[in-house]
Amino acid sequence: MSYTLSHLRALEAEAVHIMREVAAERERPVLLFSGGKDSIVMLRLAEKAFRPGRFPFPIMHIDTGHNFAEAIEFRDRRVAELGERLIVASVQDSIDAGRAVEETGPRASRNRLQTVTLLDAVAEHGFDAAFGGARRDEERARAKERIFSHRDEFGQWDPKNQRPELWNLYNGRLRKGEHFRIFPISNWTEMDVWLYLAAEELEIPSIYYAHEREVFVRDGMLYAVNEHLRLMQGEEPFTESVRFRTVGDASCTAAVKSSAATIEEVIAEVATATITERGATRADDRFSEAAMEDRKKEGYF
Amino acid sequence: MTTAPTDLLSSADLQGMDLLRFSTAGSVDDGKSTLIGRLLLDTKQIFADQLEHVEEASRRQGFGRTELALLTDGLRAEREQGITIDVAYRYFATPRRKFIIADTPGHVQYTRNMVTGASTANLAVVLVDARNGLTEQSRRHAFLSSLLRIPHLVVCVNKMDLVDWSESRYEEIRSEFARFATKLETTDISFIPISALHGDNVVDSSQNMPWYGGTPLLYHLEHVHIASDRNLVDVRFPVQWVVRPQSDTHHDYRGYAGTVSGGVLKPGDDVMVLPSGLESTIASIDTFDGPVDEAFPPMSVTLRLAGDIDLSRGDMVCRPNNQPTVGQDLEAMVSWMVDRPLGERTMLALKHTTRTVRALVSDVRYRLDVNTLHRDEDATTLGLNDIGRVRMRATSPLFYDPYTRNRMTGSFILIDEATNNTVGAGMLLEPSVAL
Repeated sequence: MSYTLSHLRALEAEAVHIMREVAAERERPVLLFSGGKDSIVMLRLAEKAFRPGRFPFPIMHIDTGHNFAEAIEFRDRRVAELGERLIVASVQDSIDAGRAVEETGPRASRNRLQTVTLLDAVAEHGFDAAFGGARRDEERARAKERIFSHRDEFGQWDPKNQRPELWNLYNGRLRKGEHFRIFPISNWTEMDVWLYLAAEELEIPSIYYAHEREVFVRDGMLYAVNEHLRLMQGEEPFTESVRFRTVGDASCTAAVKSSAATIEEVIAEVATATITERGATRADDRFSEAAMEDRKKEGYF
Repeated sequence: MTTAPTDLLSSADLQGMDLLRFSTAGSVDDGKSTLIGRLLLDTKQIFADQLEHVEEASRRQGFGRTELALLTDGLRAEREQGITIDVAYRYFATPRRKFIIADTPGHVQYTRNMVTGASTANLAVVLVDARNGLTEQSRRHAFLSSLLRIPHLVVCVNKMDLVDWSESRYEEIRSEFARFATKLETTDISFIPISALHGDNVVDSSQNMPWYGGTPLLYHLEHVHIASDRNLVDVRFPVQWVVRPQSDTHHDYRGYAGTVSGGVLKPGDDVMVLPSGLESTIASIDTFDGPVDEAFPPMSVTLRLAGDIDLSRGDMVCRPNNQPTVGQDLEAMVSWMVDRPLGERTMLALKHTTRTVRALVSDVRYRLDVNTLHRDEDATTLGLNDIGRVRMRATSPLFYDPYTRNRMTGSFILIDEATNNTVGAGMLLEPSVAL
């Protein structure tokens, strides 16, 4: 007997350990859930960590109002199955309250406004640790972010002044008004997430699989035609078989051409993909070379 | 050897693939970032948009070729200054293994980052520039890897292209390192002559060095035997979280969740609980997927114990005939990570397994020069990036093993209670060992 864990089970054990540490050391954690594949993995990991008990935290969705309907339907069903508590914090409410100002123009997105809603919700509920499904392989700034990522009272990340993280010993100490973002799947890659979804036979929103959709080309990417996106001159909608690699704000998340109808076919596509999932489909990361770093410093996910 | 990513699929039965964490350290000049860039590129982990970024940045910064090192510079400050300021994590996979690289800068002021990167590594890749031979930096990295008990060390003699692929130069460096290595605890040391820039012996065997009979770096990383690096002898289970559903269906359920930190646990095993000293047996080992027949490091499981026994976070489950040291007077090698010095009567929070106590420093026994391994016994304090042997007294006992025996139950972090920062890392020594 070699007593070896497969790489997926080792990653799973690490994530479960992290979730339990947070539950034990922080008073008011919350799990951020978007309906996307990474947060679906996070819910399963929470089950692994705390069942047969209840989750020692609620689930929170930062709702841009620019959602794919499939993702919202999925969210509600999944939360009901789990019997856990869902909090929805809405960007629209932040705009109505004058806390955030809607961007204008054809490229307007609510992606950046989520930060306001998120930080307000953290303050309102007194959350001191927010679990997120971000991974270090997603983007260069994230590659340096800690698993217990400290946020000051302004919600800001200070990349040059992060606490060292050694062994599996996490420092869970905070001052009042500060909080942590906790990233239990930091060490997973996009492929690991897909392999895990397959291994655990987890359901994911249908838009992750290939389907016929009306799309148009913008900046070399395929966007779904929807009420949140205004077509610009020269943009002609057409029908294409596509799937989404991430399920973000519908106004800035693009689709990729695909015929993958099953999870095995998606894994095969991911294995041969030549573009990163964010590079391929996320306008929010394309603004500048340091787009993610800047947004994270402000308090983004 | 080069692996098409699609091969991942055929091997994705998930049982065949395991996980290897390795650390690299080095500065811009010795080609560390180039090596990592090469590993990622040649295992096809670099995507077209990332490569495009790097090509563009290379042109802008006036490089005549695509500068692979730019692939791994994460933060804007680093890109602007051309330095690596912190630990970054990189990922790649082959059909045999998934790899996590802890990539740290090598400058002297970054000992703390090297220690951080080394703390979770199974293997260290030490780079030596073939033109310069062993430098202070390569010695320091090898020494810290040994101190942190990384079981496997690979010395890559890089830039072989710049010494005309010279076997004698390689052998010279190899024997110089071997002499130095007698001072290290590491037993598994391998040497590979490479050119990260041109890819020789990184993923594919070099055509330029027919005299080298060994395997390329990637093959070595894929095949090095790591299963026996964990402690499977001493049962150690620090209680992390108590599962008490108190629901109708699980009314009397009381489970102790945690990470197996040593040994192999089985249902029916006799166990002892510290600090109470009470004995019980394992009633079952539960997981979300059902009960399991055994649990070993680093599995996260939930134990149920027979009888009416009440445990809480910070307690330790072990075997009656194999207990850890229980003690308040601690002696440890400490890596200090902030400007404020550590010295006699420094009071800190100390986190060890799932237990946090306060600790008062009694004295610094010596400070270690990480370049010469000289012990300065006149030292009374440790400053930023210093490593030394420290005596401390804790407010309540720890249940620990020497770090050399178990990395999970032999390590701790130190926290400044005023700032909440992590200010030090410690590796516990045998109690009452004379100097």
